[in-house]
Amino acid sequence: MQSDIKRLSLILLFAPFALWIFLLIALPHIGMVILSLREKVAPRVYEFGFGNYIDFIQEPIYWNTLLRTGSMSILVTFLALLIGFPIAYYIAKIAGNRSKGALFLLCLIPLWVSDLIRAFGWILLLRETGVASSFLLWTGAINEPIEFLYNDVTVVVGLVYTVILFMIVPLVSTLDGMDDAMVEAGYNLGGSGFTVLRRIIIPYAMPGIVSGCIVVFMLTAGSYLTPILLGGKNSSWFTEQIYDQFITRFNWESGAAFGFLLLAFTSLVVWLGLKLTGQTLANTVAKS
Amino acid sequence: MAQSRSNKAFLLGYRLYILAFFVFLAAPLVAAGSFAFNDSLFPSLPWQGFTLDWFFNDTEPKLGMFHDRRLLRGLYYSAIIGVMVSALSVFVGTTNAFLFVRGNFPAKNFFYIIMILPLVIPGVILGISILVMASNIANGIEDRFNYEIDFLRPGIVLVVLGQFSFVTTITSLVITARLKKFDYTMEEAALNLGASRIQVLRTVTLPFLRPAMIAAGIVAFLVSFENFNTTLFLVGSESPLTITMFDRMAKVGSTPVLNAVSFFLIVGSGLLALISVVVQRNAPSD
Repeated sequence: MQSDIKRLSLILLFAPFALWIFLLIALPHIGMVILSLREKVAPRVYEFGFGNYIDFIQEPIYWNTLLRTGSMSILVTFLALLIGFPIAYYIAKIAGNRSKGALFLLCLIPLWVSDLIRAFGWILLLRETGVASSFLLWTGAINEPIEFLYNDVTVVVGLVYTVILFMIVPLVSTLDGMDDAMVEAGYNLGGSGFTVLRRIIIPYAMPGIVSGCIVVFMLTAGSYLTPILLGGKNSSWFTEQIYDQFITRFNWESGAAFGFLLLAFTSLVVWLGLKLTGQTLANTVAKS
Repeated sequence: MAQSRSNKAFLLGYRLYILAFFVFLAAPLVAAGSFAFNDSLFPSLPWQGFTLDWFFNDTEPKLGMFHDRRLLRGLYYSAIIGVMVSALSVFVGTTNAFLFVRGNFPAKNFFYIIMILPLVIPGVILGISILVMASNIANGIEDRFNYEIDFLRPGIVLVVLGQFSFVTTITSLVITARLKKFDYTMEEAALNLGASRIQVLRTVTLPFLRPAMIAAGIVAFLVSFENFNTTLFLVGSESPLTITMFDRMAKVGSTPVLNAVSFFLIVGSGLLALISVVVQRNAPSD
């Protein structure tokens, strides 16, 4: 009797989970893969085949865009870690009790402001008639307005800006749990600041670092607004290709193939990152 | 002596770096928000004086956001979608929390990782895969039974499903973390005092989870409200606010009314985020 109730409640709890994962994650992805393996031979006539993937390999623009998206996303992830780690360490370990809460709140509050508004803000600051250019004209540093938009540096800065809080927040929670005595012990044993950082702090923070990197990398590689708005028409971001196939050309078969390629590529990078750092998905992203 | 001086210099430099970072963090938001108050037809310098027209004026060319029908409609759809996503994802998040904290079943760790996955799948891919599946089902039914199922075509229902598919991971993680802190002896005490299982759930366990459920609901609403990538592929004629704003930015060029909307959204989402943090922080632990 007791075990029957237990089993029934387990089934009732499992049902929403299973429906969610099966109907909205598993089934759509299987459908996407099947669609990507269909070739259009004539209007409304399809054949099974790898044509969409062969097209991808034969057209350098496509795979160049994917490689470019991947390498720029890795760069953005690295920069976000480099810039974000000292901020997280300051908030978790150096700031006094009161300013610590305030600083962390300052990071949490803008976390959910839309990418669109962030990019809009950068446009107003950086475009030819924007604040930065006007200011430089006014100081006399330049004689003609400068266009800061539509180049790769701006896209990278904008992407780092959009994702960096997703790096800092998990790092703060991880570093917060570290005992100060560990750092002091490192210094007492004669370690320099750099040694303590490398041998004690970074190994301790590794789950947080990896978790932040995974989320940031995925957000960057899958981002659409920031590269389009800050990079202009020629930003060559892979999500733009997917959008183009789906919406503009109405070529869903090819778009599905591109979607699968993006997913496979980003998963491969994340898998390699996990292997290299010896972490697992369960003890990183799941904890944050 | 020299050591402490160099330490002081280092700390000063460190503080300046922190300050520079927060200036960097605020700059675009301040720029996007503050031009809403500039009495000009373009969101750019020079400053022409303070105005609230971009919020409240009711005539062209300076139509304020609270009189702009399309923006208001976008806001309305975003709010509806956000509430639906939030309610659904908190419900499933709560059942997931009980499933993974209390349940015992084979391959639990594997399923836990599956639960995390939607968070790291790019939003664009969630959008297209759900679009493809819904269209396939709708087309199949139309071909066979000659019956059109409207809600499987791009529109509000698909947008809600698309956002729900990854927001649920966030709500599950937040509520799971709270349920893990729960002290079992409280339930046992209530059971010993003669309460039924349902009563215990309603009067002991759910009240304990409430702060996490509220915080998760707010975060779900915010994520839904600002989402663009997944929504873009699933949207029908009822465009939520981010899509309306993007169209206007791309096609018409921007007037400060978009800054007014930005200001409204920055302040609104900031306040909601603040509430979600305070609710969780003030929650009695144990």
